[in-house]
Order: sequence, then C-alpha cells, then structure tokens
Amino acid sequence: MTELVLARAQMAMLFAFHILFAVAGIGMPVLMVIAEGAHLRTGKPVYAELARRWGRGTAVLFAVGAVSGTVLSFELGLLWPRFMEFAGGVIGLPFALEGFAFFTEAIFLGIYVYGWEKVSPRLHLAAGCLVALGGILSGVFVVSANAWMNSPAGFTLIAGRPANVSPLAVMANPAWKTETIHMTLAAFAASGFAVAGIHAFRLLREPRNGFHRVALGIALSVGGVAAVLQPISGDLSARFVARNQPVKLAAMEGQFPTQRGAPLRIGGLPDAAEETTRYALEIPRGLSLLAFHDADAEVVGLSAFPRDERPNPVPVHLAFQVMVACGIALAAVGAAGAILGWKRRERLFSRPFLCAVVACGPLGLLAVEAGWVVTELGRQPWVIHKVMRTSDAVTPVGGLALPFAFFTLIYLVLGVFAARLLRKELGASPFFPAGEGDSPTAPGEV
Amino acid sequence: MPTLPTLAAGCILASLVLYALTGGADFGGGVWGLLNHGPRAEARKRLIDHAIGPVWETNHIWVIVAVVVLFTAFPKVFAVLSTALFVPLTLILAGIILRGSAFAFQTHRLHEEDGTDWWGGVFAGASLVTPFLLGVVLGAVSTGAVRGEGLSSVAGGTDAWLAPFPLSVGGMTLSSCAYLAAVYLILETDDPELKEDFRRRALGALVLVSLLSAAIPFLSPGGAPEFHRALTGSWWSVPLMGANALAALGSAVSLAVRAYPLARACAASQVTLLLAGWGMAQHPYLVRPGLPISSSAASPEMLRLLLIILAAGGVLLFPAIYLLFRVFKKKALFGR
Repeated sequence: MTELVLARAQMAMLFAFHILFAVAGIGMPVLMVIAEGAHLRTGKPVYAELARRWGRGTAVLFAVGAVSGTVLSFELGLLWPRFMEFAGGVIGLPFALEGFAFFTEAIFLGIYVYGWEKVSPRLHLAAGCLVALGGILSGVFVVSANAWMNSPAGFTLIAGRPANVSPLAVMANPAWKTETIHMTLAAFAASGFAVAGIHAFRLLREPRNGFHRVALGIALSVGGVAAVLQPISGDLSARFVARNQPVKLAAMEGQFPTQRGAPLRIGGLPDAAEETTRYALEIPRGLSLLAFHDADAEVVGLSAFPRDERPNPVPVHLAFQVMVACGIALAAVGAAGAILGWKRRERLFSRPFLCAVVACGPLGLLAVEAGWVVTELGRQPWVIHKVMRTSDAVTPVGGLALPFAFFTLIYLVLGVFAARLLRKELGASPFFPAGEGDSPTAPGEV
Repeated sequence: MPTLPTLAAGCILASLVLYALTGGADFGGGVWGLLNHGPRAEARKRLIDHAIGPVWETNHIWVIVAVVVLFTAFPKVFAVLSTALFVPLTLILAGIILRGSAFAFQTHRLHEEDGTDWWGGVFAGASLVTPFLLGVVLGAVSTGAVRGEGLSSVAGGTDAWLAPFPLSVGGMTLSSCAYLAAVYLILETDDPELKEDFRRRALGALVLVSLLSAAIPFLSPGGAPEFHRALTGSWWSVPLMGANALAALGSAVSLAVRAYPLARACAASQVTLLLAGWGMAQHPYLVRPGLPISSSAASPEMLRLLLIILAAGGVLLFPAIYLLFRVFKKKALFGR
C-alpha cells in the first residue's frame, strides 16, 4: 500500500469511529431533555429515571466523542499538512464556532450529569437544552467546513494560494445548507432508532415494562420524525450534487454515458474499465426525474470526465445504495409507527412492530457511515473539489502503517468496551408497571 | 497597539495558560492516582475522581481552542509543526483518547464487573505520558531545530524533540501539573488527614518544579540558543524571574503555614509566569527561527473575524464556566 492509501485509510478509520459518537452527541441530549421535560410536566418518576439513564449514556458517548474529535482536529494536520496549510486560514471560522458550541455542550453536560441534586429542576432542564443546542450546532459547523470541501467558495486562487478570503462566504458555501440539514436529520434518525431498537428488544422480553414503553415512545418519535423528513432533504441534496458535482452524482448512480432520460439504477455493480454498470434494476428515466425533476433532463455520465478526475464508482455506488435502502426502511417504519400509534399507543407494542424496530436499530448508523463514504469517496481524487488533489495534501512523513495499526488497535479496544458499557447502561431494566409508567412507586431492578 | 497576528498568538498562549491551570491539574490528578500508595489510598483516589469528574471535559477544550486558533491564524505553522513533531503529537493523541475514554469508563464502573481496575491504570498512565509530551512539544518549538523551509525537509526528524532541552521542558510540565493538582486537592476536602497528604505532595512537587526551572537555563544555551538569549537577555528577564521566584517562595511559605488559598494563588501564578516567560521568549517568533508571527499569519480579514469570535464567545463562555465551577467547586473556590 502506498503512503497515500495508508493516510486515507487511517483518516477513514478515525472518522468512521468518531461519527458514531458524534451522532450520539447530537441525538441523545434531545432524548434526555424530552424525558426530563415530561417528568417536570407530569411528575411521573419513570421519566426522571429515563432522563438519568439517558444522561449517563450521553456522558460516556460524549466523552469518547470529545476525545476522538480532538484526535481528528490534530490528524488534519498530521496526515494532511498541505491541506491545512492551504485551507486552515480559509475554513477557520466554522471550526472556531464549533469550538464554542463544543464548549457549551461540555460545560452544561457536566452540570446535567453531575448536577441532579445540586441545581434547581429548571436550571437542570435548561442545562440539558443547552447541551442539545451545543450538540446540534457543533455538528452544523463541522459539516459546513466539510461542505466547503465539496463546494469551495469565498476566496480566489492566486499563484496556487488562497487570497481575498471572505470567511462568511466560506461558511455560507453553496453546499452548506443541504449538507448540514441532511446530516442533522441523519443524526436524529440514527440515534433515535438505535435507542428505540434497544428498548424494543427489551420489550420483546418484558412486554409489560412501562419503562421501556416510555423510552420507546420518545426515541421512536424523534427518530421517526427525522427519518420521515430525511427523503425530502435527500432529494434536495441529490439535486444539489447533480448541479454542482455532476461527477459525484454519476458515481453514486453508476451512470457512465451522458444521456437524456437517464434510468435510475437499483443495485448493480459499476465496471470502471468497461464503463458500464451491470446487474442493476433500471427504472427508465428515473434518474433524470429524481435529479432534475424532469424525466428528459440530461445527466452527465462518468465517461464525460477525464479518468484521473473520476472517483471510483464501485464503493460510491454501493454505499449510496446502502444509505438509500436504510433510509427508506427507517422512513417506512417511522411512518408505520405514526399510523399505528395515532389512535392507540398500545399497538406500538405489538410483536411484529417491535421486531421491525429492533431490525431498524443499527440501520441509521449504517446509513450515516455509508453516507460519509458517498460524500468523501465521491469527491475523490480531490480533497478540495477541483482545487487540491488528495495526493497533494498528504504528509511527507513516511511509515504511516505504524500509526494506522496503532490507532486501529486502540479504537478496537475502546469500541468493544464502549459497547459493553452501553449494553450495561442502556440495557438495564428498571421495572415500572405498564400504563405509560404512571405508577408512583420507586423503581426496582429486574 | 499589538498587531492582529500578535493578538492571535496571544490568544493561543492564553488558551495554553488556561489549559495548564485547569486541564493540567486534571492530568496531575491522574499522576497522583498513579503514585497512590500507603494509608488512605482509596480515599485519595475517590477525592481525585470526584474533583475531576464534572469539569475535565470543559477543561480539555482549551487545548482544542489553542489548536483551532493555531491552524486558523497560522496555517503554515500548524503544517510545519504537525510534520516535524509527528511522533510526539501522535503519542499525545493516543494519550488524550485513552485518558478521556478510560475516565468515562471507570467513572461508570465498568471495572466492577471483572474485578480489576484496568481502566484506572490506563487513565493514570495516560495522565503521565500526555503532559510530559505536551511539554516536549513546547520545548521543541523553542530549540531552533524545527525549520520552516519546506514540509519534506522536516518530516520524520527526531532531533527537534528527542534532546535534553525539550525532554527537560516535558519533565517540568509534568511536575507542574502534579504540583497544581496537589495544591488544588488540598482545598477539595475537609478531611485533615487528606489535606496533609496533599500538602506533603504539593511541597515535594514544588521542590521538583523549582529544581527543573533552575536547571533549564543551564540546558537552554546549548539546546535552544536563540530562545535562551531572549529568555535571559531581555528587559523583562530579571523582573520575570524575580516574580517567579517570589511566587515559588510564597507558595512554599503558605504551604508551610497551611494558608492554602494563598498557596493556590501562588502556584497558579508560578505556572502562568512559566508559560508567559516561554511565550515572551518566543516572541516575535512562533517557531524559532524560521516562522515569525508577523509573516506566517492568515489574512487580516480572517484574523479580525477570529478575534471578534473569540471575544464574543468569551463573553458567553466565561459566565457558563463560572456557573460550572460555582456548582461543583463551591467550597474549594468560593469558600462556602
């Protein structure tokens, strides 16, 4: 393997690990705040117990997310010093703002998790809301920096260096709106369904436990609403990519020829050498319709671009299929939950529906990983779209196999232990009688 | 009026000072967890965990602020340092992620299941290695061995950081962290025996810090010649060293007579003066000798906006941090 491949592999690994915790840091605080708000409104102890447990889960996930995010901010320089030398003075604004959002999240999470007995209930709830706000804003700021890599704006290129930098225009780059909306919804859908999946799993074993019923209701509402909205945001994103990064769209769809009325391919395996995509189920004119809302629109194919400016369509197309499939499954289950629970909440706890929620548990996180594969591999060979190639950004330091192996080992161990801890924390099962957990009795472990 | 790049460099130094005073003490707490033997070991461990728990993540973010201001205001310097100091920075990252995760895991009592305090050991070990290497990096920046001509020319070198001067700065950083932690911890407890435990530790660490800060001027003529000339030959050299010696003396006396809040103020001043002295001796360079503050900065528009954001963010942030410490460090910091 070349040093470039090793640097990319290490960055991908660090990122794939961090994104799971970052997503939890955006979604979990909202869940715990909803539970605490319900407790303050109704006085039912089941909500307080839930908020405490979700708060502790958030604390562990946020801690790992905070330090793995620190690693990434340094690794930008360690692995891609030439990228940072070029872009540091251009994309600093969103990173600086992210620093403050992150500060807010850390300060108020400290107050939230350790302060149950130390601050008034109102201040405690306000602290929780600020954690949630800080989490959402951190995500938005970091993703707008990534959006700039997809649609660089706000500077002019003079002798290979950025000049006339306008930091606000950099942050408000063309892709920032579609990308941040898509990622924020994804974070809510992924964390909502992951949590709902855990509680649905417990409900299959203890169908009468009100604790898990309440938890499932909150997590599924958050995850379900986000999942149902996500296709709209996905449509906006895809149409944006079609206009601004046509080569990425072509790779996502496995579209080689440039044609009017291009078909939508479901599945299939692109063959870059033969410039064709095989084994796909083709829906005539579907791609033109989706990408441009016009069945006869022209879609530019991969073949229209020089070979050294094309991403590898195989992982991009496959990851895109995975992301869309997961997204559709979540949206369908979210919509089904809304219909089932509309009249009678009890119907949410039927075995078939619980099984569906359990099956959806990991799909949101899988979709997030797949989506990042699409956007990052789909931008290659550029690190900054049409401005800087990834191969020109990489560090001149050699022997990158060593740090790659080193961090992989550390992250494997951390991942295993974080998963064990979460199983203990989220899977614990305090018993509250069913009937929406309105019993005044103290919880007991079962 | 200082220039925009100088102000931005000042912000990096200020974040580092705040990181040392808060996050540094959290590292020091881990060090005392590692050197925890004899009677009351369990009570000391509990006190340390209790003191660090609610605040360490907030304290940790100062280092992120320092890095973000560095790469935004001085992207070239960030690229050069990341390349030249690849090895120690990579090890620092390993330390940061292991320490943070280990603390979260042990706080939530993962070890009770298998009976061993494995993560406590990881936390303590990472608390030792990370501040040491952070100090090594600061020292390496001053040696003059990190040059800014081109990234390829600095890649993979070890002589910038694997040398007596940076290693001794690392040792001083580590002992300063332990010193701060011991002094802070005295005020975190009412138990007179625990107070005495940490008073003895604070005095021991103070001796170590004083010896190292006296030794470094003897190492720097060879290890960091230009830095040495600036540190010892400027108009502020004598007042700075005098103030530092006074703070050390004040800390020693107030620890001896058990005037702990004064001891804490002296200890914090000592660490602040050490870092301020480092920063003033680096001036007007970020990295001696190739990367001056003035000519390696980003555009003035970016610097101006960055400084405005830092100021505005500070206005929002400091009350929040005050609230955090008010809630959890009420007795230690506010006396009641």
